[in-house]
Amino acid sequence: MRRFGPFHMAALAAGLAFLYLPILILVVYSFNASRLVTVWGGFSTRWYGALLQNQQLLDAAWLSLKVAFGSATVATVLALLAAVALVRYGRFRGRTLFAGMIGAPLIMPEVVTGLSLLLLFVAIGLDRGFWTVTLAHITLTMCFATVVIQSRLVAFDRSLEEAAQDLGAPPWKAFLTVTLPILTPAVAAAWMLAFTLSLDDLVIASFTTGPSATTLPMRLYSAVRLGVTPEINAASTLLIAFVAIVVVGTSLIAKRDLLRSR
Amino acid sequence: MNQRTARKAARRSVGSVRRISAPWAEPDAKALVEFRSVTKSYGDVTAVDGLSLSIYPGEFFALLGPSGCGKTTLMRMLAGFEEPTGGTILLDGVEITGTPPHRRPTNMMFQSYALFPHMSVWDNIAFGLKQEGMARAAIASRVEEMLALVRLEGLARRRPDQLSGGQRQRVALARSLAKRPKVLLLDEPLGALDRKLREATQFELMDLQADLGLTFLMVTHDQDEAMIMADRIAVMDHGRIVQVAPAEEVYEQPANRYVAEFVGDVTIAEGVVTSVRGHLVHIHAPHFGAIEIDEEEGRANVGAPALVALRPEKIQIGHDEPAQPLNKVRGEIWDIAYLGDFTMMQVKVGGDDGPLVKAAIANRTRRMERPFAWDDMVWLWWDVEAGVLIDP
Repeated sequence: MRRFGPFHMAALAAGLAFLYLPILILVVYSFNASRLVTVWGGFSTRWYGALLQNQQLLDAAWLSLKVAFGSATVATVLALLAAVALVRYGRFRGRTLFAGMIGAPLIMPEVVTGLSLLLLFVAIGLDRGFWTVTLAHITLTMCFATVVIQSRLVAFDRSLEEAAQDLGAPPWKAFLTVTLPILTPAVAAAWMLAFTLSLDDLVIASFTTGPSATTLPMRLYSAVRLGVTPEINAASTLLIAFVAIVVVGTSLIAKRDLLRSR
Repeated sequence: MNQRTARKAARRSVGSVRRISAPWAEPDAKALVEFRSVTKSYGDVTAVDGLSLSIYPGEFFALLGPSGCGKTTLMRMLAGFEEPTGGTILLDGVEITGTPPHRRPTNMMFQSYALFPHMSVWDNIAFGLKQEGMARAAIASRVEEMLALVRLEGLARRRPDQLSGGQRQRVALARSLAKRPKVLLLDEPLGALDRKLREATQFELMDLQADLGLTFLMVTHDQDEAMIMADRIAVMDHGRIVQVAPAEEVYEQPANRYVAEFVGDVTIAEGVVTSVRGHLVHIHAPHFGAIEIDEEEGRANVGAPALVALRPEKIQIGHDEPAQPLNKVRGEIWDIAYLGDFTMMQVKVGGDDGPLVKAAIANRTRRMERPFAWDDMVWLWWDVEAGVLIDP
């Protein structure tokens, strides 16, 4: 292994600082005893306590979790179907269009996606709230989930499915008993990615929700506009911790799957 | 001697006693598998071209050919993974064209083995039996029987990634045999094994096939594999069968130039028939002079062009001119390839623009100085029964 010299150390430190210093400051100040965000007044967990008393924030968090859970689950199922169609059925009429449409939200500005969804919901007269945010998040996260599952399915040894059919399993049963169990890590990773994307989203949620349903990022954003309080720091820290756990979990699953498939 | 050892002994000896029965030669034998003018095209490419073939119960049959000759497509059509674009396939007298793979009484051992990585050895073998809805106890006893058959009793709980290549191959075999298929399809069954293991496995497969009395259809590009194991070999080229025959016949009586060159080494002399006297045919070939061969009567006509195939081990080599008047040629040693058991010589005959003739000499002693060296002028000669007339 190459020696880890002072230059490498400095480069790494600068890179990490650039990425994580703002977050670190936020986390540190969430444990601030002072009411003023920028003045350190000693260590305290009082703002975490206050958080538990803030019913608005708790409601928003609960709503976000419900939206994330629901949209991630539906998006993963749709993504699995889309990936199978793209990888397994080779060239079919409209395949290029379909592949392009699935990938479009990846590069489309969120504002555009959000606005177009809003126009759609208004046009069909759907009351904006929990369901519209969930639908919008399905649209947003499905393409990411499709990419994750598709890349695993491309590497999938087709003869495994053929072997299952050869041994007497009809195609649907071969898919459920052989293909799906082997794809499980990729499907789980796709679900977690969709879940975190939904949990983080502010832009699309702002466009597609109504007064009855305010998600956690929206609640935090509106609170910040009135002035940053250490309570917001605490809530953000919890959100970061939660997302970090999910992301680390996903990458561990993906790594184990990669090692196993070798 | 019981029947099994008798059959084994018969198999391992060479020559006409090798086979106990030859159903393909009996006029009223009933075929187990029948391809009737089967065609498979992908767009403009024809993978299998109007091919007809019968395989009989209890046969070990090999489809032999280079990659892209259509042998794998033919086998996949029998398994049901591909549908023919024309013609029909019959299994045990029943047309199976159009039947999906999971309803066909055939099983396949895949080239990659295709073991289910998320299941134990036991579950892999039991998979097909569970699809049949077999009772739990019956499944258990069949799996145990299969594990014993391939000698993997202790490894039932292992996962495929905890097995060696040879063990995986045996699991794949056990899994494909568990349902007692009418035909077992083997796709390059030994391709992934190293040489020593391959040799041992070849004999195991043959014994297994003989003991169980099953019909095996194997696809291979390896002529040794096909010749050692198969009762009959179909040599394929561009979606057609060029010759179907037992190994000896494919080697000693190749149907045409393609078969002669694909199976084993050969030198082909091109000439014209000069005289036919009973079963003795004389051919004049440039660079070779007069060649005399013993052929079936009626095979050759005076004045017709002829191809004579000469196998290297049937050609003798020496410094002195042989006494026989015909079937001899003088040349210069161009190349010597020492292979341990024998040495392959390439001899340039008839001057610089003449052809190279391959002659093999068995290394019968341990002496390392060979009597021949590069650039030596030597005589090559062969017996009247060495050459064979082949179609172009």
